[in-house]
Amino acid sequence: MFSPDVPTRGPARSGPYVIAGILLALAIVVPLFVPAYSVDEPRLAGMPFFYWYQMAWIPVTAGLVGISYWLVTKEDRRRREAVRGMAGAKEEQ
Amino acid sequence: MSGATVPLAVPDRPISGVALTIVIVLFVLVAALGFVAARWRREEATGLHSLDEWGLGGRGFGTWVTWFLLGGDLYTAYTFVAVPAAMWATGAVSGFFAVPYTIVLYPIVFLLMSRLWSVSHRHGFVTPADFVGGRYGSKALSIAVAVTGIVATMPYIALQLVGIKAVLTVLGLGSAQNVLLTDLPLIIAFVVLAAYTYTSGLRAPALIAVVKDLLIYLAVIVAVIYLPIKFGGWGNIFDSAEAKLATVNPATGKPAGVFIPGAGSYSAYWTLALGSALALFMYPHSITGVLASKSRNTIRKNAAVLPLYSLMLGFLALLGYAAIYAGTKPIDLNGAVNPQLVVPQLFLDHFPDWFAGIALAAIAIGALVPAAIMSIAAANLFTRNIYRDLIRPDAKPRQEAHVSKIASLVVKFGALVFVIAMDQSAAINMQLLGGIWILQTFPAIVAGLYTRWFHRWALFGGWAAGIVYGTVAAYTVVNPVTKANFGGSIAAIPGTDIQVYIAVVAFAINLVVAAVLSLVFHAMKLPDGKDITRSSDYGADEHDPKVAEIQREYPLGEPGGPAF
Repeated sequence: MFSPDVPTRGPARSGPYVIAGILLALAIVVPLFVPAYSVDEPRLAGMPFFYWYQMAWIPVTAGLVGISYWLVTKEDRRRREAVRGMAGAKEEQ
Repeated sequence: MSGATVPLAVPDRPISGVALTIVIVLFVLVAALGFVAARWRREEATGLHSLDEWGLGGRGFGTWVTWFLLGGDLYTAYTFVAVPAAMWATGAVSGFFAVPYTIVLYPIVFLLMSRLWSVSHRHGFVTPADFVGGRYGSKALSIAVAVTGIVATMPYIALQLVGIKAVLTVLGLGSAQNVLLTDLPLIIAFVVLAAYTYTSGLRAPALIAVVKDLLIYLAVIVAVIYLPIKFGGWGNIFDSAEAKLATVNPATGKPAGVFIPGAGSYSAYWTLALGSALALFMYPHSITGVLASKSRNTIRKNAAVLPLYSLMLGFLALLGYAAIYAGTKPIDLNGAVNPQLVVPQLFLDHFPDWFAGIALAAIAIGALVPAAIMSIAAANLFTRNIYRDLIRPDAKPRQEAHVSKIASLVVKFGALVFVIAMDQSAAINMQLLGGIWILQTFPAIVAGLYTRWFHRWALFGGWAAGIVYGTVAAYTVVNPVTKANFGGSIAAIPGTDIQVYIAVVAFAINLVVAAVLSLVFHAMKLPDGKDITRSSDYGADEHDPKVAEIQREYPLGEPGGPAF
């Protein structure tokens, strides 16, 4: 009753997804582990560790998500090309 | 304060002519931009006569526009006004958790939102409730998600108005003597906002968000460099904050706030951050921003670049401490202390009037942009999941756009009445309550992106359990100073004395109930709804064909099909 299910992506290789998953999990768990940074010293330019450490995680997270983006989109592109190849190299874009 | 000052009804709050002029000029500029936005990237054939065009800006925003739109969407009066106010009043646990919150947010967005984009793109879903309806074939569940979204958004819009009002108050507008006069500037600002949202739809806030961001970045960067130099370095600022927060409050017999969380508040700190992060992208306006983007990867790319805003958020929060050092006096029109005025007052006290004008305009515009997106998102929910699903199943796209425009006006005026009638500090607490409610839609939406294992009625039961627990638990929190209910969003886990964000406990209850009921209902072979999505939908991208036309030929509630 619906249009036939045309796969949008070929089979996945788990590697890039696993690595990206680990990087993203780090970016979620580490900033939430409060006991590791709930201290005053060492201060940075007068700013207690508690404050500058959390701010420092902002660029680190951006980097981790950026690497994950690179890994996952590369794999997605490969999977799309794989499925297009199977469908008879259909012209698209 | 330098520059021209003109006395007004309240003698101790003079109008700063230069600052006010700059705010008005920028506001007029932004309003004009809002109306011009109707012509921006417009489909000549259809105009704005569909929800895709009016409510999602044509679903064609690329990485840059999405960056500004989501930035304008997520960094609101909550960030510019409420977080620094909380830092000023009670310190790290009630304010600075916003930094880890907006850090862990983006990995979560990266994981979840590209799948939601894909399936929504294929099926023409406009709202999260559309997705839930399509995935579970349950009107009850999709209406639960839609109503939760609308209800949770209202106090959030009201909070934006509180932000605008704070700016207007500090500028010396309004008077304590008469209700209409107090709120007249706010009402004028709001009518203009309502008019351009009505005309231009999501294109208006998307375009205005660019101006907003330039102004906000300018104001924050200058403030963060200039104020510490003026005050003799961050060390002084933090020391005075530490001293103030350690002062014992006579009403509670406890310190005024928390400078660095001790072991007892670890769980509150991280659950506030995690709960808020999980909740944020369940809000209909965040999902509107996601669905308006052009491709699947636009969202993921944005998850990597959006944290730049969080840096700004962190420094803005610290301006609350700078205000402690500076001795800023946030006195409201009625003579009471209103922490929401701290940041606008800080800018007005310590900068030349012309620059204070820019900063105050930035804060006001920074509240207008999300208010517009939120009202559009709530209107879309009403149109799609209440009007179309319940009242007019055969609504044409043109009718939907029309209903949505009207609904956006109703939502905004509802929020306006809310702010004028209610206590302002209540709006902040209601926003936290909004987070408790909206998080209860998480299992239905997010679990649905990955698995069809949960039973639709089990998800409904979990949602109901989470809402009931969350509302009751939040109601029983009493503000120690004012003795009002809904006095905070932190409570002990039942049966323990571990203090956590109520939303997280409600969420856990929700998940457990949904899982247990799913097992029971599967065992009972209770009929499950029809899933109109297929696994390939969840990886679809920009150029993959849509199935929206087929859906229209075979609507969800077809005769013989399990509609409920």
